[in-house]
Amino acid sequence: MSRTDNIAFVRTEMLPESPPPVAETGAIKWLRENLFSSVSNTILTLLSLYVIYQILSGFLPWLFGGVWTTSSLKECREVLDGAVGGCFSVLTERWNQLLFGFKYPPDQYWRISLAFVLLLVAVAPVLFQKMPRKMLYFTGLFPFIGFWLIWGGTIMSPVMVLIGFVAGYIAFSRLEHNSFAMGALGGLISAVIVWWLGGFVTASMQGFMALEQIPSRDLGGFMLNMILGVVCVSLSLPIGIALALGRQSSMPIIKWICVVFIEFIRGVPLITLLFVANVVLSYFFPPGSNLDLILRVIIMITMFSSAYIAEVIRGALAALPKGQYEAADSLGLDYAQSMQHIILPQALKISIPGIVNVAVGLFKDTTLVSVISMFDLVGMIRGPILASTEWNGVYWELWGFAVLLFFIVCFSISKYSQWLERQLRTDHR
Amino acid sequence: MATLSDAHSESFRLSMLINDKRYRSYTFQFIALLLLIAAFSYLGYNLVKNLQAAGLNISYKFLGDPAGYDINQRLVEYDKTSSHWRASVVGVLNTLLVAVVGCFFATIIGVIVGVLRLSNNWIVSKLMSVYVEIFRNVPVLIWILIIMAVFIAVLPQPRDFRGANAEASMLFDLFAFTGRGFYLPRPYFAAEWATGATGWLIVIALLIAGFFGARTISRNATKTQEATGVRPTTWYWTLGVWFGPLIIACFVMGLSWEIPELKGFNFSGGIFARNSFIALTFALSIYTAAFIAENVRAGILSVSKGQTEAAASLGLRPNRIMNLVILPQALRVIIPPLISHFLNLTKNSSLAIAVGYMDLTGTLGGITLNQTGRAIESVLLLMAFYLTISLSISAIMNAYNKSIALKER
Repeated sequence: MSRTDNIAFVRTEMLPESPPPVAETGAIKWLRENLFSSVSNTILTLLSLYVIYQILSGFLPWLFGGVWTTSSLKECREVLDGAVGGCFSVLTERWNQLLFGFKYPPDQYWRISLAFVLLLVAVAPVLFQKMPRKMLYFTGLFPFIGFWLIWGGTIMSPVMVLIGFVAGYIAFSRLEHNSFAMGALGGLISAVIVWWLGGFVTASMQGFMALEQIPSRDLGGFMLNMILGVVCVSLSLPIGIALALGRQSSMPIIKWICVVFIEFIRGVPLITLLFVANVVLSYFFPPGSNLDLILRVIIMITMFSSAYIAEVIRGALAALPKGQYEAADSLGLDYAQSMQHIILPQALKISIPGIVNVAVGLFKDTTLVSVISMFDLVGMIRGPILASTEWNGVYWELWGFAVLLFFIVCFSISKYSQWLERQLRTDHR
Repeated sequence: MATLSDAHSESFRLSMLINDKRYRSYTFQFIALLLLIAAFSYLGYNLVKNLQAAGLNISYKFLGDPAGYDINQRLVEYDKTSSHWRASVVGVLNTLLVAVVGCFFATIIGVIVGVLRLSNNWIVSKLMSVYVEIFRNVPVLIWILIIMAVFIAVLPQPRDFRGANAEASMLFDLFAFTGRGFYLPRPYFAAEWATGATGWLIVIALLIAGFFGARTISRNATKTQEATGVRPTTWYWTLGVWFGPLIIACFVMGLSWEIPELKGFNFSGGIFARNSFIALTFALSIYTAAFIAENVRAGILSVSKGQTEAAASLGLRPNRIMNLVILPQALRVIIPPLISHFLNLTKNSSLAIAVGYMDLTGTLGGITLNQTGRAIESVLLLMAFYLTISLSISAIMNAYNKSIALKER
């Protein structure tokens, strides 16, 4: 006889669920697992908290107690009167100098700003696939508009250069069905002819839609870094691709020309190349030709970055499975076609992170031009601003500003490349 | 690419130079060679013309002339009457000094940061990410200049050490950290027969002997382990072989320390590391360390978790897992980019010119170039030096890569 209904200790209804222990839920659990899981972890956590406290306790009062409206360091110190705070007025007072250099005519600043905004518009369709494709036409036009806006002069010279390119492209596409080499040669010849003729047209129309001409040596400030970075990276991409293909080539002479060039450039520091631009390069141009320093610097930096980009692309070319090359061959495509339609699209996709790394590195390296006495952002800070009587001794504010500018640009570029890598990932992982 | 061709029935025609794949490459190479020669002869012609116009010639005789300028930090004897060549040698040694010291500290900081970034401690890993991102995304030139400015602004000047209640004091009465540079005690040998280089050569010889001795001991231990299964305890033997003879030798040779002393407005005696050197080395180290940290992190992440688990299931202890399984695989990923970061650091050390440290760029590429006006020669020598270093390091790296490459099929 086994009855259970009158046994006192059998529970007939369920207990309500009790909450989990406090130490095992929410923030406390997270803290325990991530910050205080062991003795050494606890020490590390406390140490980091102390470091953060030290940094913030110095930094925040300085930032928020800053003075923004005085016109010299002495005045600023009087306003502060011993209190902690930064003299950020150096930034407001020298804002234009930091961005545009100290020689660019102030009434023409709008041109630079306009060129910068247009640059963003021109770059957008390249960066984001979702933008309307028609905007790419504007991207193609931008180099000419940008040149005209920044350097000034008549609009005819960039227009003639543009017409030359268009003529070259038309000749190329007409002749391409014969062979790629024939097309390229025809395109080159027609472009050169148009440029030669265009020279006369430009000479006769000097005043047509002319902006005030600004000599290159008047460029400066962060604008100079931007110009050098953008120009050199865009120029070095095609050169880098050509060098990488040349290095992969089966023709020994072409291969060795590319290898020697790449290894030479990668073996020397950029600063020696800038010395070359500064003091040596003019010996190699015909006597009497007076090449701008900025143009010489652009030549050298472009050579520098194209060697690095070539190495990145070579890595990508080598990483492609051999079957891709063989498949292209078996379809009966010639070298130019297989590169254009099969190999390069894949190789460039793989090499995007590497190219972005080179671009960021190059943009950072544009500060080196301050060593050969050009007044980029660093050159402006070290030269005219820190040497002036008003602002002699303001280090933190100026360098902090430079750090901030470069950080914003470089960090967003590298974040963009990570995003793009995820977008382009077509394999299933 | 080898092309199969049928019997040699067709004879060679001129149009095959363009249309036939077999011969076309000769055409292209011929054209390329011609263009190259044309470009070089054009540049060379311009060079000769320009040099004639300026009344210059290419000659390296200026290297023998007295330099006439002073170098404030030097590892070998140098004074104003020494030649430009001697100045360049001083510069080379200074470059190498920064490079070696910088690489050493960059590796240490980089490895620590890279490992800490993988820590499960949230706040530490975030802190390290912030460090890495900030340093990687700002030009190294700015960091060098900032650190130099901080250095001068924050540290006391030698005159602050003067007086009874001075503003600054020396650490343990041995080290003085001033805005002008660091003053450290200098070791020297008092025994007469061991002064100068002799004593140091003996020390180096003993270190090398210690290295080989320790290796022999460890090999013997491995042999014993293979024969008996038990590894004998050898750490005290190793320690003894490394340091025993060294300590005795130092004692015999009378190792003493020359301690920096405040004389007038400056310190004298001891080793003086100038502020430009310290700032440059420090900036290059922490900048490169940020890159190395990323490498180390990627290397450790590249070893899949299954490897750790497999090793653990074989019964290996955690430190043996690290030494025998994880590290050998991670190092294969870490070392090649690590060496290229060392190379970058060496090349970046040419930025010394921005803080006035006299490395090769400062002596040969700076003052010598400006004084003699021998731009082409100086820049060529400068490039040749950096090229030699880069190419020899990449040759070593290629050999190393070959030796550690996975042997497949």
